[in-house]
Amino acid sequence: MSLVEAKGLEKHYGDDVVLERLNFSVEPGEFVTIVGASGCGKTTFLKMMLGTESITKGQLRVDDKPIPGEPGPDRGVVFQRYSVFPHLTVLGNTIIAEELSRSRLFGKLFWRGRRKAREAALERLTQVGLQHALDKYPHELSGGMQQRLAIAQALMMKPRILLLDEPFGALDPGIRQDMHELVGKLWREQQLTIFMITHDIEEAFALGTRVWVFDKWRDDPQAPQAYGATITYDLDVERNREDAPSQAKQIQEDMYA
Amino acid sequence: MKRLINLKPARPARVALALLPFLLIAFVYLSASSARLAENPNDRLLPSPAKMADTMHGLATEANVRTGSIPLWADTAASLKRLGIGVGISAFAALVFGLLSGGLPLFRAPFSPLITVVSLIPPLAVLPILFIAFGTGELAKIVLIIVGITPFLIRDLTGEALRLPDEQRIKAQTLGANSWQVMLRVLLPQLTPRLISATRLALGSAWLFLIAAEAIAAQDGLGYRIFLVRRYLSMDVILPYVAWITLLAFIIDQALLWISRLSFPWYHVDEGKS
Repeated sequence: MSLVEAKGLEKHYGDDVVLERLNFSVEPGEFVTIVGASGCGKTTFLKMMLGTESITKGQLRVDDKPIPGEPGPDRGVVFQRYSVFPHLTVLGNTIIAEELSRSRLFGKLFWRGRRKAREAALERLTQVGLQHALDKYPHELSGGMQQRLAIAQALMMKPRILLLDEPFGALDPGIRQDMHELVGKLWREQQLTIFMITHDIEEAFALGTRVWVFDKWRDDPQAPQAYGATITYDLDVERNREDAPSQAKQIQEDMYA
Repeated sequence: MKRLINLKPARPARVALALLPFLLIAFVYLSASSARLAENPNDRLLPSPAKMADTMHGLATEANVRTGSIPLWADTAASLKRLGIGVGISAFAALVFGLLSGGLPLFRAPFSPLITVVSLIPPLAVLPILFIAFGTGELAKIVLIIVGITPFLIRDLTGEALRLPDEQRIKAQTLGANSWQVMLRVLLPQLTPRLISATRLALGSAWLFLIAAEAIAAQDGLGYRIFLVRRYLSMDVILPYVAWITLLAFIIDQALLWISRLSFPWYHVDEGKS
């Protein structure tokens, strides 16, 4: 059974059609990367997955159940910015996940409970290479380290689905490469299903098992808002690795034509 | 020659420039004062520093015959007690309100417009109502401070809560937080340092309301003393009292800043770069 399924999914803002004709099914363990021009509704789609944006028409189902209308621990998220809490240290930012789920009243653990949570957090932080920065605040970290922390934090609740909204958009190319390796490794180890938005088409093909291109399916110059974006290409990268470079080039040309 | 906007004073020059206006004011006062005193040794308007020191020494060491207490310390204690209770209650109420208002849209909907309107009522205009309702004792003075600064603090905290990036609330929910936990672990710790800085700003108004209330009806207090001796043109009391109030305000302000920097280092990251 597929994990995520959309049938005739649409999103309108008043008369503006942002997304329409979205039909797909995603299996557990797929790594879907999403590319498309700015303002084509990629982030709106991700927000619908998160539950912060309502569905205008159609269905979006996870595990054959309608997606909840609010964020929850089954869907982790990393944003481009503001993903970590500025008032907590590296350790505090990861421990908070355990604290929130185990202490409903105070949202804080003490003594033995905290020691156990600390171990779990330490394990995650070691995975992302932040074990030496436990007591630093986010503002003392570089952009790459902040995103590593955000990923560690998002994975604390062991979500099945991980949503990434241009997580490496603000990082230097060299650091991006490290982050690709980290995300690829975690995806395999944790058997995650990932949806990742990116501006970088090469990145989309390098990381994803499946690349979606979001674009308007029809353009009416008289009424530019009448038609919304949909998935215009749905490419199985996993099975056609050798075709990937030429496909990437094709999409790049299409998008900036 | 660099542009004017790029000319920054070095540290010794900065200290000298900071002291300059104070020295200038002192110089102008001293010359005006001695000029008037040369003409009329009994002039009361611009007393000499020696006269002020003498009067203050009396107020700070000799007990009042009628009340049996030393005026300066009794006044200071009475005023600080009113100010502390008033500002403390205001800050606590503002934190609770700001937290609920910033965290829960359902709470914000009925209360936010109300707070906005209430904050526009001039507090001194309702002072008569407070005196009628609470009598002329301590309660009316404390309530005036609360009425005067709480709406401002609530509006400031609600605004700050709404300015926190939505991503933080969403993130907390994806980590399994319920509404209460989002307010407790995400909003509260980030609103507390903001409360301290807003309180520092509100203290100016708090002093204003305190002194106004003491001027109208009180048996002690710094404001009471100033307005009492006004009848005798006792500038030798008024001027040192104003300086004393200023010093107290400065100490409270710096203490709050120090507490905030110590407890919330992440909040003060962008400061001190100039």
